[in-house]
Amino acid sequence: MTTVDTINPEKRSTGEQLLRLARKNKLSTFGLIMFLVIVLAAIFAPLIAPHDPLEQNILARLQDRSPEYILGTDTFGRDTFSRILYGLRISLLIGLTSTVLAMILGCALGIIAGYRGGWIDSVIMRCMDMLLAFPTLITGLFIVAVLGANFVNIVLAITVTILPKFARVARAPTIALKEREFVEAARALGFSDLRIMALHIAPNIVGEVVVLASLWAAYAIRIEAYLSFIGLGVAPPTPTLGTMIRDGFEHILDAPFVSIYPGFAVLLVVLSLNLVGDGLRDAIDPKLRD
Amino acid sequence: MASYILKRLMSTIPTLFGILTIVFVMIRIAPGDPALAILGDNASQEALDAFRERMGLNDPMIVQYWDFLKDLASGSLGVSMVTGKPVADSVASVLPFTLELAFGAIFFGIIIGVPIGIISAIWRNGWLDYFFRVVSLLGLSFPAFLTAILLILWLSIEWRIFPVISTPTGGGLWDRIYNLILPALSLGIIMVAYIMRSARSAMLDVMGEDYIRTARAKGAPGRRLIWHHALRNALIPIVTVVGLYFGLLIGNAVLTEIIFNRPGLGKLIVLSLNQRDYTTLQGLMIVSALMIVIVNLLTDLCYALVDPRVKLK
Repeated sequence: MTTVDTINPEKRSTGEQLLRLARKNKLSTFGLIMFLVIVLAAIFAPLIAPHDPLEQNILARLQDRSPEYILGTDTFGRDTFSRILYGLRISLLIGLTSTVLAMILGCALGIIAGYRGGWIDSVIMRCMDMLLAFPTLITGLFIVAVLGANFVNIVLAITVTILPKFARVARAPTIALKEREFVEAARALGFSDLRIMALHIAPNIVGEVVVLASLWAAYAIRIEAYLSFIGLGVAPPTPTLGTMIRDGFEHILDAPFVSIYPGFAVLLVVLSLNLVGDGLRDAIDPKLRD
Repeated sequence: MASYILKRLMSTIPTLFGILTIVFVMIRIAPGDPALAILGDNASQEALDAFRERMGLNDPMIVQYWDFLKDLASGSLGVSMVTGKPVADSVASVLPFTLELAFGAIFFGIIIGVPIGIISAIWRNGWLDYFFRVVSLLGLSFPAFLTAILLILWLSIEWRIFPVISTPTGGGLWDRIYNLILPALSLGIIMVAYIMRSARSAMLDVMGEDYIRTARAKGAPGRRLIWHHALRNALIPIVTVVGLYFGLLIGNAVLTEIIFNRPGLGKLIVLSLNQRDYTTLQGLMIVSALMIVIVNLLTDLCYALVDPRVKLK
């Protein structure tokens, strides 16, 4: 259904198009700015953080907001705000790495399946169906539990769980694209299949894939938080948002803010990405456009 | 219809085999010796050998795989590496709690999400529509634990309406429902958001159809148009949403159970993770994948039932 034409309705420069999109969709622009601010805050965490995220101050434990500790302190008197900044680094690094990996691998598989068709298509898509049959979080849990909780395994677990979604989205337009004249022409010129898939088909599905990527990045970041909440995160003492929430949960009655602030940090990252993805989808899917 | 059901059933068989194989392989490639992991470093050689023999760990891989399939065919998920009790029993004892939680969430999702979605669609691009759309985006961005924590703070601690820890104590049906409300609501927020969005877009799709225009041209009053003509067809995609997000729901249910300290798959998963009880984990993976396969199957069948065109494909 969705073909190249809907991605590029009019010939305008990319900058012009982006500007037009931004003006039309204020909410997404807001989301994008929010996301960029969060990313910058995470990158420059060492400069922004008022305290060392690991520094303990037992005398000031479980304090609510104060000028000294902007978002209060945790059980060990560590500064929640600084820990959130450092926690965001882990969340973003794991979330974005696994989304990019899943995007590359998933799209490659989807394009190959769609372009080649036949038994290759059947085998790839059946495998994707199998992966889709596992609840994402439980699969992630299982992989991390079996292989061990470290950065590489967590990225691997999240990549595997979201990869099939990319494969599906890449496959459908590929089937339509491979019948088009320009692909036909490329084939007539004797280009290899690999070259056609990489240079002629892939660029035409980028739009749809990017929308999906922003939405699944939001999901990936949430899964990372869930995994570390359950105790399968990057090893302590590295602060991760999920671990902070879990540790604070013991004080839900006397100091609920200990887990609420990192919880809101997760919410803000996820929300910003969802806002961006939603706006992009509205812009790309002509069915939803007025 | 019968032939469609049969065809659809047959198509799940390769998927099922694949799932079982993946789970089997995953467990086997786990680093470390399960015997050592369970019995500890101080276990005697005899104890280790006996454990390996009992669990069939000495058999060739292909024999283990065959035994694994044979057991499954007879409905057995093997025995727990830690307790020695059948895995199927421990899963069966907690599964109803997770299912009632999931269905409770779907219930909240439908009773809140559908009306909001319809209102949004009717007053499309009005302020109410924008408001609900932003709220739904917020709803589906909320991490499961944050929803749970905030609900506990407001409804249990501030207003004291619901218990903080919702452990069904076996009491009567009312007690069970009362303990279910808060966790189900917490898990249901995300379903409300998804269902609202799909109800809205389905309603908008249907409202653009020719037959609606015909009804309008014939002078059908607005309310009748919506309730009688549009709504019925707009409800179909909601079946898909429930099917589509069931996996997500089960995953989030695990977290919700942990936070509310409810019995269910979640607590069992955490327990077996901590004890490195791989056979129980294996059983849990199989059961949860099986649930998704069944829900997908039911979704497709529902679809075929309401939309005769599906069968012909």
